[in-house]
Amino acid sequence: MSGIKTMERPSDLNSIGLQELTAFVWREADILDRCDYDAWLALWTDDGHYIVPIGPGENYEDQVNVCYDDAKMRKMRIERFQQGFSISSAPPADTVRTVSRFVLDRVDGDEIVLRCAEHVVENKFGRQRLYAANLTYTLVRTDGGLKIRDKVARLLNSEGELTAFSYLF
Amino acid sequence: MSLDHSQPHQCQARPQDLVEHDRVQTPLYEDAALFDEEMEKIFAHTWVFVAHGSEVPEKGSFILSWVGLQPVIVVRDRKGDINVLVNRCRHRAATVCEVKKGKTSSFQCPYHGWGYGLDGSLRGVPYPEQYGEDFDKAALSMKRLRVDSYQNMIFATLDESIEPLAEFLGPAKKWIDLFMKQGGGYPVKVLGEHQFTVPMNWKIQLENTTDAYHFPVVHKSFIQSLDKEAEATFNFFDKAGFVEDLGNGHSVAVMIPELIDLDENLDDPIPERFAELAQALRDEGFEEQKVRKIVRATGGAGFNLNLFPNVSLSLAFFRVLRPVSVKETAIRHVCLGMDGGPAAANRMRMRLQEHFQGPMGFGTPDDAEVWERVQRGTLGGKELPILVNRGLVDEVPGVDGPRGHLSAETGMRASYQMWKRMMAQ
Ligand code: FES
Ligand SMILES: [Fe+2]
Repeated sequence: MSGIKTMERPSDLNSIGLQELTAFVWREADILDRCDYDAWLALWTDDGHYIVPIGPGENYEDQVNVCYDDAKMRKMRIERFQQGFSISSAPPADTVRTVSRFVLDRVDGDEIVLRCAEHVVENKFGRQRLYAANLTYTLVRTDGGLKIRDKVARLLNSEGELTAFSYLF
Repeated sequence: MSLDHSQPHQCQARPQDLVEHDRVQTPLYEDAALFDEEMEKIFAHTWVFVAHGSEVPEKGSFILSWVGLQPVIVVRDRKGDINVLVNRCRHRAATVCEVKKGKTSSFQCPYHGWGYGLDGSLRGVPYPEQYGEDFDKAALSMKRLRVDSYQNMIFATLDESIEPLAEFLGPAKKWIDLFMKQGGGYPVKVLGEHQFTVPMNWKIQLENTTDAYHFPVVHKSFIQSLDKEAEATFNFFDKAGFVEDLGNGHSVAVMIPELIDLDENLDDPIPERFAELAQALRDEGFEEQKVRKIVRATGGAGFNLNLFPNVSLSLAFFRVLRPVSVKETAIRHVCLGMDGGPAAANRMRMRLQEHFQGPMGFGTPDDAEVWERVQRGTLGGKELPILVNRGLVDEVPGVDGPRGHLSAETGMRASYQMWKRMMAQ
């Protein structure tokens, strides 16, 4: 494994490990912008959660979230996007997302926790909206390469009024 | 009356002329002057839902809310009474609170430091000498609204002269009572909420909660995400459901008749999707009858109740609307749970809420999309009427008012007749 074992220089962009991680996250962003949802599901391990929380704290299970998807819900959500008769997601909003400000939070054996910032610009009905989120990934190294175990997307104004979303963060 | 004869909207028309029994006119959704008039004639003269009592559980607990366009603070004072205060300092109008909810012993204005008690009374003013001897603090309390509550639902009004809340709710009260049975023997408590805005007129939302006609179309993707048994539960039109006008603009749509009274039929088989929860409760040591009662309550009530003008009770949540402008409406979907009830049941309710009601739910984004489509379509053919005539052919007298097929527009007709009455004042 490349040199990301310690937290001594967590924001060192020259670190080979961080390059590998950013490439992974950028690939995911590209997959989401292209709505290539089968490829997105393949990025995950089976045991994790995709969470868009509302309130503070990390006990997501005991609070109302924007979304709290285990593997089954992730799959159902993607089926809904793909089936073509959900009026909000067929066609979905077009999105362009940028992910940046990567910080390697912690490395624990095969588990890597990465934080970064995401901007999503959404276009629908000829109107554009901008969302910003802090992302936290828990990635694991598997025989099949890096996989996502957990992904937490904390939106700015998550506790305030949002709009409906037909895409993922 | 034939439906293809349509009268173009006269700009000079009185608002009440925009509503007939079977149709309403387009300016209802897009006339800014009419919106201002609604804020004055409706939202300033009716009972407006502001919060659930569990959101202000203790002395000093408060939550920000709205009455029409006016920002208010709902706060429980030292005596345990609820006050609804206009969030505006009596000095130079600054908001005295921008924290959405919390606990406090007083409110202090950040601008010049005027301090108010939990009942809105002006307590102290920095350097009072410059106001002289006859400065009357008692006359400078925060503006306090008339408050009343039913089943812990708190309503406020700017009008001192309207009827008591219980009278205004009328026959809707018995449906509220039934709805609250989803506490499963525990008090009903707010667990959290989803909030979002939609570019639409508030009445498009007002119409929606007892419009079951849209459900199988708009929510097809939600229904298909359920197991077969749950899919059958949400297949409304094959059953004995109905929609009924309850007077004063209120209406109820009974979608799942077997779930009207959650205390009944406790011996019915436990649905597949609740099997795991039932087992978890048994494992926790709950006796079988209690397990069944909690499980049955967990999915929520089998009907939607629409209370004019701003709150609906639906399945296991409140839907609260707030008019922002003629073409913008804010919505709260308030998730309800069992106060002191088993964590497993409340967790399941939160997951069900996320599944349908949130901005990323399998239901709400589709609702939001069609609501927005109505607003956008309103720009075309302004002279065309908006039809609310569905189900008039076989409407019958119900217990409290006209009752129609579940897919009938009886609920909309109820809302618009109330709208018309209030706008004619
Ligand atoms: S505006 Fe509130 S103290 Fe001056
Ligand atoms: Fe709906």
